[in-house]
Amino acid sequence: MAALINVPRRAKRGDVIEIKTLMSHIMETGYRRTADGDIVPRDIITSFTCRYNGDEIFRADLFPAIAANPFISFFTVATESGTFEFEWIGDRGFTATAKAAITVE
Amino acid sequence: MTRQDDTTRRRFLMLAGGAAVAGAVPVLTIRPADATPATLAAAIRDVVGTAVVHTGKVKLDIPPLVENGNTVPMTVSVASPMTAEDHVKSIHVFNEKNPQPNIGNFVLGPRAGRAQVSTRIRLADSQKITAIAHLADGSFWSVSVDVVVTLAACTEEVI
Repeated sequence: MAALINVPRRAKRGDVIEIKTLMSHIMETGYRRTADGDIVPRDIITSFTCRYNGDEIFRADLFPAIAANPFISFFTVATESGTFEFEWIGDRGFTATAKAAITVE
Repeated sequence: MTRQDDTTRRRFLMLAGGAAVAGAVPVLTIRPADATPATLAAAIRDVVGTAVVHTGKVKLDIPPLVENGNTVPMTVSVASPMTAEDHVKSIHVFNEKNPQPNIGNFVLGPRAGRAQVSTRIRLADSQKITAIAHLADGSFWSVSVDVVVTLAACTEEVI
């Protein structure tokens, strides 16, 4: 359960910045079978959310068609210094969170 | 006599051409597939409802030829000023032939600054990928891209 987050440490007010996230997860589709023919049960991350100082700025619903170790990158406007909070929610009670700080000048 | 020959030849060519055109359309749609065009259409209808989906504004960057369907880089972007009045509310990506028609739903807002999302996806077969953007004024815009996959995802056995 390791997350990789890439957020610029500092930015000018009003800049459009890119946020890159990667969460390690098998993303088992639920369509694969073992050699015995049994279906491997689905185990995926279903939801990803990013909050900027508490306000939701990005959300994604994920499906089995998202590759293992989901990588998601998106953009936001740097409005004020603070923290980004990231949250992943998935099957079998999977939850993971991560934080990143930014200084806006 | 020669005239008669010309007519038949022309008619034959027209018929053959017509058959080729008619045949070309179903090739994409009538292949044995899990996410059939019907389920794809249903998944799209779940998002857009009865609204008209226009073509344009959306750009889908995905390699046209993919060696490994297990991880395919995909970037979807929408031409939008991303202001409070005119911004992209959400982007929805669909596929044609994976077991499920959905790939991902991405909810943005005016604070995004740029309507662009990148991720990596799985493709079970050579197929068409469709991205639909929902704009703040309520309109829907879409683009479709064909991708050829040599090694499909989802088919390998778990050891």
